[in-house]
Amino acid sequence: MPFIAELVISVLIVIGGLFLLIGSFGMLKLRELLPRLHAPTKATTVGVGGILIASMLFFWIERGHFTIHELLITLFLFLTAPITANLIAKAYLLRHVDPHADLPKSGQDEGWATFDPVGPDGYDPSEEYKPDQK
Amino acid sequence: MIEYALNFGFICVAVALLMNLWRLSKGPTIADRVLAVDTMAINAIALLVLYGISRATSMYFEGALLFAMFGFVSTVAYCKFVLRGDIIE
Repeated sequence: MPFIAELVISVLIVIGGLFLLIGSFGMLKLRELLPRLHAPTKATTVGVGGILIASMLFFWIERGHFTIHELLITLFLFLTAPITANLIAKAYLLRHVDPHADLPKSGQDEGWATFDPVGPDGYDPSEEYKPDQK
Repeated sequence: MIEYALNFGFICVAVALLMNLWRLSKGPTIADRVLAVDTMAINAIALLVLYGISRATSMYFEGALLFAMFGFVSTVAYCKFVLRGDIIE
């Protein structure tokens, strides 16, 4: 394996490991959940992306043919990290935040969507949900 | 040189997993614990990929892909359960 390839792969692995460490340390260090959510969802995604690109380059140079199947994991993580962050934030808001005391006014006819399912036309989707009547 | 970088990466990911474990056992709210498990799944993917590089086999790639999928699905299921009290309505 040529020296320059080893150098690039090593640098990518070191950067990826450092970003994973920084993401997890941020999750440990920040003071409550909403700031804490930033560290793993951003830094950890970059870290695992660096390690996956290093793996892709390594097997390309080792085996001699180029495959992109590591990019599947990268793509999957880049697509799913915002969704998980959004859902965790919604769960936290619903459990631990009072919409009247802690949040500003939404400026619309309806309240914030996490708390208020009733739309501006008065339609409440939760009225249709009756799990006991089949 | 790759061996040294791999050792460094293994140490980083191991320390990160210990930090996640600390947050998982400590975390004051349910959302903190869900976030810790999600981050642990991502760190496990990185650990599997690094081990695949160090063994020079792409066999561990499928394991990493499974971890990516099931980590996402379990996080979404847990958040749905906290949000709605039900997973599939």
